[in-house]
Amino acid sequence: MSAIVKHRLFWPCVTLVLLLAVNAGFNASFLSLQWRAGHLYGSLVDILKSAAPLILVSLGMTLVIATRGIDISVGATVAIAAAIAAWMVGGSLTIVDGVAVHASRFPMWAAIAAALAVALLCGAWNGLLVSVVGMQPIIATLILMVAGRGIAQLITSGQIITVYYPPYFFLGNGYLLGLPFAFWLAVAVFGALALFTRRTALGLFIQSVGINPAAARVAGLPARRIMFWVYAICGLCAGIAGLVVSSTVKSADGNNAGLLMELDAILAVTLGGTPLTGGRFSLAGSLIGALIIQTLTYAIYSLGVPPEVNLVVKAVVVFIVMLLQSPEFRQTVTTMIRRPAAGGLAS
Amino acid sequence: MSSDISLAATESSPRQAPAQRKPPRRIDPKYAPLLVTIALFVVLAGFGSVFYNGFFSLQVFLNLLIDNAFLCIVAVGMTFVILSGGIDLSVGAVIALTTMTCATLLERHELAPGVVIPLVLVMGTAFGGAMGFLIERFRLQPFIVTLAGMFLARGLCYLISVDSIAIGNSFFSEVSQARIAVWGEASISIGALIALAIVAIGIYVAHFTQFGRTVYAIGGSEHSAMLMGLPVRSTLIAVYALSGFCSALAGVVFAFYMLSGYGLHAVGLELDAIAAVVIGGTLLSGGVGYVFGTLFGVLMLGMIQTLIMFDGTLSSWWTKIAVGGLLFAFCLLQRVFEARRPGR
Repeated sequence: MSAIVKHRLFWPCVTLVLLLAVNAGFNASFLSLQWRAGHLYGSLVDILKSAAPLILVSLGMTLVIATRGIDISVGATVAIAAAIAAWMVGGSLTIVDGVAVHASRFPMWAAIAAALAVALLCGAWNGLLVSVVGMQPIIATLILMVAGRGIAQLITSGQIITVYYPPYFFLGNGYLLGLPFAFWLAVAVFGALALFTRRTALGLFIQSVGINPAAARVAGLPARRIMFWVYAICGLCAGIAGLVVSSTVKSADGNNAGLLMELDAILAVTLGGTPLTGGRFSLAGSLIGALIIQTLTYAIYSLGVPPEVNLVVKAVVVFIVMLLQSPEFRQTVTTMIRRPAAGGLAS
Repeated sequence: MSSDISLAATESSPRQAPAQRKPPRRIDPKYAPLLVTIALFVVLAGFGSVFYNGFFSLQVFLNLLIDNAFLCIVAVGMTFVILSGGIDLSVGAVIALTTMTCATLLERHELAPGVVIPLVLVMGTAFGGAMGFLIERFRLQPFIVTLAGMFLARGLCYLISVDSIAIGNSFFSEVSQARIAVWGEASISIGALIALAIVAIGIYVAHFTQFGRTVYAIGGSEHSAMLMGLPVRSTLIAVYALSGFCSALAGVVFAFYMLSGYGLHAVGLELDAIAAVVIGGTLLSGGVGYVFGTLFGVLMLGMIQTLIMFDGTLSSWWTKIAVGGLLFAFCLLQRVFEARRPGR
């Protein structure tokens, strides 16, 4: 029993279950699942579907945070990838003989490949600044965060690009084996990353770079190369998320796509038990963290609380999680609990 | 100006100062980023004056200050936070919260501006101080604490009202329209004057008070500052409280400027403020930098906007790309100077 309680995924799981229970308590039909139109249908499926982009971004962010870094440009990367993909498959809608014909500028595979390549490039740029130039991660990624939105708007010429190409919608709205395709995509990325970090020494390398970069280098680890690739992978994950986002809303908005997503991703990683100081990381924790945030958002909407309160609730959650993670805070609380007990004994 | 800069230089790195005083003509690399910024500002201003009609006028330059007064005030507070080795991401949200609070108190509760303005200033200071307390007392990362503060402040705005609230108060609209003649036709707004005053006070506090020197010392090495017996804990909290105060004051100036309160005011301003501080020559690792440089950082951002506006053919998103590029160039420059500095 104590082994279960001490497992680091215990508290994230408890939080998720509690949130689901709250949802189910207020909304009886919350847990019900139906088979409709060839796929599962219900609130839980909705949560999986809308959590997919955040899960993708959080997975990449987990690796970055594990190396003691941070990537605040993921939102901008999402916007850039979405803009490129939407522009390339966007094309125009023409009516020929009463039938709508969708002319895309490029084949869909080319659009997806180009968007992912550019996202990888964005990540590599961050990696270059952090690992080779040696900038602080916050500032290095701040550059792309500021310029990236401008680049995304440049691609979309400041407009919202609408996509008319139905096969592209499958990414964000399609279903595979009854579950949303986007969720399968997130699971696939999770599986691949978990395989690389748990079945090879890479995970250990990433942890050691996060715990002590200098010691890792002295021990013979290619610390710089690892850091570079971690940021590149984070960019790639953000790119996949960008594809999903643009496919779900069938359009790309350079200004608002992925806005504040970096904050949600950092929150998801923190909730999942990966400390911001680097070192030990948990990909599964981040996955659960992202689901927690999405369930929380869902709960706020379904409880009839105005959605604006969402931000306040998130802020309170961050404060609580931060304080619980702080050793100083735990110590303060422990002494506060112990002190009255000692006084009680004396009297 | 030069006297307090050299004072700061000796304060933050006593070891290098004598060595660099020997060759009198060489410029101290410490000032290099600041000098580059000022030179670039002059070059950009010259470029605009040559290529665009009507660019070279006092009013265009005063407009830089008028349109960026709130950014300037926020950036001064941010300079202190970054000098201490921290960062404050909540400034934009605190501005929005301040405009919102001003608007509701003035319009819905009909309080006098003389009551409202001190109240919001105290509120901003307390908000910053609370974040500083969390950062200092529980050793939390400034980045994440101020991020949560940003969520909280924006969320509180929406709790007050989702929609924009117009400010019709006569005092606010009078201040908003007031212009003080400077030279001939050119004039300046009250907000810009407040910004200039804050810059002057910031320079004084940074270089001539114990508080300022302690901030530089903490930025240089918090551990050493502690060992020297400096009041590290109270100073750290005070730095964030100062940033909160500056944000609230910027919020009041912003309310003068926009005459409304809205939860979406000043979105992303924290990034502009950080960019201005970096471009102004303050090292992000803390301990090195000048409030005076921040003024030029702000003017530089304003100059880029003005140039793009005067050009007319470039779209507004080029501003973001240009600011990003500039930020990159200055960070690179900082790395070069850091690498060259002896003893590292």
